[in-house]
Amino acid sequence: MIEISNLSKNFVLHNQGGAVIPVMRDAALSVAPGECVALIGASGAGKSTLMRMVYGNYLADAGMIRVGELDVAREQPREVLALRRATLGYVSQFLRVVPRVPTLDVVAEPLLALGVAHHEARLRARDLLGRLNIPERLWSLSPTTFSGGEQQRVNIARGFAHAYPALLLDEPTASLDAANREVVLRLIEEAKARGAAILGIFHDEAARDRVCDRVVDVTRFTPGLAA
Amino acid sequence: MTPLLQVKGLTQRYGARIGCADVSFDLYPGEVMGIVGESGSGKSTLLNCLAGHLEADAGEVIFDTRVDGPRDVRAMSEPERRMLARTDWAFVHQNPRDGLRMGVSAGGNVGERLMAVGARHYGDIRGQALDWLDRVEIAADRIDDRPTAFSGGMQQRLQIARNLVTGPRLVFMDEPTGGLDVSVQARLLDLLRGLVREMGLSAVIVTHDLAVVRLLAHRLMVMKSGHVVEAGLTDQVLDDPQHGYTQLLVSSVLQA
Repeated sequence: MIEISNLSKNFVLHNQGGAVIPVMRDAALSVAPGECVALIGASGAGKSTLMRMVYGNYLADAGMIRVGELDVAREQPREVLALRRATLGYVSQFLRVVPRVPTLDVVAEPLLALGVAHHEARLRARDLLGRLNIPERLWSLSPTTFSGGEQQRVNIARGFAHAYPALLLDEPTASLDAANREVVLRLIEEAKARGAAILGIFHDEAARDRVCDRVVDVTRFTPGLAA
Repeated sequence: MTPLLQVKGLTQRYGARIGCADVSFDLYPGEVMGIVGESGSGKSTLLNCLAGHLEADAGEVIFDTRVDGPRDVRAMSEPERRMLARTDWAFVHQNPRDGLRMGVSAGGNVGERLMAVGARHYGDIRGQALDWLDRVEIAADRIDDRPTAFSGGMQQRLQIARNLVTGPRLVFMDEPTGGLDVSVQARLLDLLRGLVREMGLSAVIVTHDLAVVRLLAHRLMVMKSGHVVEAGLTDQVLDDPQHGYTQLLVSSVLQA
């Protein structure tokens, strides 16, 4: 479902003397439907960079990033947008929303964008928020004032609202208590069971061991570090 | 799918000075394109050339018309262009006073646009005006008040209602949230996002506010000295800017 090969990237800082910082060299990996692959490697090795490139958030200088039928590294913006709507989900570490929009609508939005009816989208949102133990009295409020852990759970609910065939998870269990961590791990297991291909970063080793089928050490792709 | 709008080599000069130079892009139905850049970068000139408020020196603006398919707007007759501007296009000005009739009631401001496209039944017009005032969260009992009695945020929402009541397919917006209180901005952003999604609108939005384009625009063009220096997915341009000017622009934003 996700297939990466010969992927390379440099950052060029035009306002700092044109410094060129190579961050990725010949990265390659694949994730099959129903499989969960963890990216590992020290901080700064390029785990998040790789995830962002798969999502089309960072540009690739060379190589291929195939998600389903599409090569994200080459496609037009609107094709990437369509891919993000229907096929490729991303749970980042930070919630970014329009201020003053109720939590329920924040979670339902990915479904509304796909044309799902309001009623149905809200039902799904209610179900997820309930499972993730967000108190119902908060659902009509904007999540911008929530605690870090609550925001993270709203973010997860939003990321799991639609059954994406491919999912990127950036530390989905960070800043969660044991009960909520368990809920998130179940959501991941359910997504795998329905055939989602998942690529994730998990610093929580117990969580990684439980849901991930393989690990890929991105240090191999870090320029200057690889043997 | 046919693009709703195809812009090719659009150029506008002010004497020896460049307004915008050789701008080309496609806009598809349901897409929102953001244009950012500092004051004087040519973004408003570009918007006004697209909307036909300025006569460009060169280039094509091809719009996918309902009846005849893709046509170069610049080659249309003046009556054709005016009809297009009343039916399929809308223009939301930064200053609501430029887009509203300040001496006419709120209901009249919305109804006037309907009458311009042939609506004549008073009850229907008032009904639709009420429906749109409700959609932009203006209370029904304000329908007979003039915009002069409205706050800036309400005026801006009224301008949006006036522009969208005829069901346009393409909306041009010049700094739609400029000059508004941040809390009012948020409400307007949410309103615009909902309208884009529900009506399948396409929009071209000029702003200098990067936070606004991040939340509203699917794609982004960055302009400097009349030229488009970078274009792409909004979050990609903001998070992984390639051009030196964009890098400067993104790194210059104050963190709230």
